Amino acid sequence: MKNKLRVALVGNPNTGKSTIFNALTGLNQKIGNFPGVTVDKKTGISKLPDGQFIEIVDLPGTYSLYPKSADETIVFEVLSNQNNPSYPDLVLIVADATNLKRNLLLYTQIADLGLPVIIALNMMDLAAKGNMEIDIDALAKRLNIPVIPLAARKIQGIEELKKAIQYHTKIPLQLPTIDVEVIAPELIKDISSYLAIENPYVALQIAHQHDHLKYLSKAQNEHIKALEIKYDFHSQKAQASETIARYNYINDILLDTVKYTSVALEENISNKIDHYLTHKFWGLIIFVGVLFAIFQSIFAWSEYPMLLIETVFVWLAEMGHQYLPEGALTNLLIDGVLAGLSGVMVFIPQIALLFAFISMLEDTGYMSRVTFMMDRLMRKVGLSGKSVVPLIGGLACAVPAIMSARTIESWKDRIITIMVTPLVSCSARLPIYTLLISLVVPKKMLLGFINLQGLAMMSLYLLSIITAVLVAWVMKLIIKSDLKSYFIMELPVYRMPRWNNVGITMYESVKTFVTEAGKVIVAVSIILWVLASYGPSNKFELIEKKYQTQEIIKGYSPEEINRLRASEKLENSYAGVLGKSIEPGIKPLGFDWKIGIALITSFAAREVFVGTMATLYSVDGDDTKMESVREKMAKATNPNTGEIVFTTATAFSLMIFYAFAMQCMSTMAVVYRETKNIKWPLIQFFYMLALAYAASFVVYQILK
Amino acid sequence: MKLSQLAIGQQGIIKEFTDLEMSVKLMEMGCLPGELVKVERVAPFGDPIAVSVSGYQLSLRKKEASTIELI
Repeated sequence: MKNKLRVALVGNPNTGKSTIFNALTGLNQKIGNFPGVTVDKKTGISKLPDGQFIEIVDLPGTYSLYPKSADETIVFEVLSNQNNPSYPDLVLIVADATNLKRNLLLYTQIADLGLPVIIALNMMDLAAKGNMEIDIDALAKRLNIPVIPLAARKIQGIEELKKAIQYHTKIPLQLPTIDVEVIAPELIKDISSYLAIENPYVALQIAHQHDHLKYLSKAQNEHIKALEIKYDFHSQKAQASETIARYNYINDILLDTVKYTSVALEENISNKIDHYLTHKFWGLIIFVGVLFAIFQSIFAWSEYPMLLIETVFVWLAEMGHQYLPEGALTNLLIDGVLAGLSGVMVFIPQIALLFAFISMLEDTGYMSRVTFMMDRLMRKVGLSGKSVVPLIGGLACAVPAIMSARTIESWKDRIITIMVTPLVSCSARLPIYTLLISLVVPKKMLLGFINLQGLAMMSLYLLSIITAVLVAWVMKLIIKSDLKSYFIMELPVYRMPRWNNVGITMYESVKTFVTEAGKVIVAVSIILWVLASYGPSNKFELIEKKYQTQEIIKGYSPEEINRLRASEKLENSYAGVLGKSIEPGIKPLGFDWKIGIALITSFAAREVFVGTMATLYSVDGDDTKMESVREKMAKATNPNTGEIVFTTATAFSLMIFYAFAMQCMSTMAVVYRETKNIKWPLIQFFYMLALAYAASFVVYQILK
Repeated sequence: MKLSQLAIGQQGIIKEFTDLEMSVKLMEMGCLPGELVKVERVAPFGDPIAVSVSGYQLSLRKKEASTIELI
């Protein structure tokens, strides 16, 4: 079978590249309005009008082939190496019509690489609104390539684009843009012959980028370095003169093809909005207000769906106990698997809402404004304005958030951002907070409109952010670096969020949570049930015998016997033994051995906590009546003293522990992948554990 | 006159850059000699600033803006 035609999608950030990718492939994935949201390589299959299937590779958005951040390096890496598995047959350059001059810079660079190219000129509707006249035919003629006008948000022009891809030529047709060889004639010649490269611009780019190109060997890299010294090549000077030459070429072309009649309308509207949204006083108030509204809505809107899910699971468990034959298997199914599943499912509404809000903030362009407003403050503590995105993303999940830190150019800023992002309360902590807050914080309204539970939740989130900032400040003093940090960022015009995009994000996030986290949680639930239901040596038999003796049967009612027996069994089970062994260490934090079990099991993933509680307390309780985890935990008492286990002090101490401790294998794995040094995840794990222990200790001792 | 010295609403034409490394990055983003720049707003804490240039809005820190000399 013939290999599929491969098309690479390239373009500046905020040009609607991802929207076009979606329209072409129909593949569900996340799109954002924020520069650099497309970090990973995304591929999709598209069907052309003639029935042919083609592969489309979405490359990270970039302003130029000269990379400014880690994920931008991939663009030249792919486009310059014919052996790269993603090397395309055709490059589709997405350009923003309202911003043609800056967008054409990337076009001229890619055109000079000598690959066949097509320009998709997006946002034509906005250009027309802004009274900008673009003569498409003249532009296509000047460049000698197909230029397809689009309005991707309105799905206009996609069919024409597919046709253009279908009729593309295998030979690059574009006219040369600038005289590349003038920039470093001897060096280009030597690199070309050394690496057997025909294209002079590829050779020049290699001269600039050889240090991080993965397809060059160490010896090749050294050789090119030596050549650069020989010819006295100065990378930045060469780049500056190249950029100026390219803009001269672009200005020349635009002179004949574009007419501006007035200032862009969208820009004016954006300016007016920004007057308030980035205002000295109102801008900050609005930002806090937006965060407040988000958390209030998450709480309010998720209440009923959560109740519904809980009810369904309680009903299922009752049905199960009623109709399934009694035995170990039924118990495993209901108290192990079902209890674990309900612990996962119940948080779907909250996770979906949180992701929907974050996606809306990115899509509208507001996230860039937050970056803009916060940069000064962030820099004071050793972060960059761009750290705001990972930190806010960390509210959802630290894993993608840490990956999004790739857009931060400075190494030190990036490391610090990665180190503190897991401190920000992620959605996996939400279940724990929800459960514990509902146990100890009364469901009351403050001043008639502030939900007290929502307030407690927001305080926890604020605390996590403040801690992240403080830790960043400490790290800024410790980590040394002499690399310059800078902040040059586009502020895209405000747009309405794309609702189907928000929907896709919600769906994808829930799917990931249920499948990825769900797998772990259900597996751990089963292991736990086994650990809690069986014990070492013959202890269980002895307990059974003990409760069959006459003096006990006489002294207690049958219900009491059941309860005492179950709790003694749990205490002597494998789980109980494990929890007890760490009890001395966690007692000063107000935790008993049951909480100890939960701490151990949720090391791999925090969300396991609720599942563990569900399992532990359904094993513990009398089986005559099914109750939800929440009710069971509220009633839980210490068998020795009769005191309630989840007092305000214990509950808050526990929440603080979960707020600060690094209990997520996935995060540690991603930190290792991003920093390429085992040192960073280890430092992170231990500093967070120490912080969690100390903070919980203080909270418990004060509230006790 | 440097770009960082302009007040909100003021504009100028880029003459040259005083920092080579920064100039490369700024030129890629459309800040070129001969280009008109206008300061649109300043962030709530006094830095960075937002300017209109080449038909769009760019935000940059004052320190970076101070490397841009205006005519």
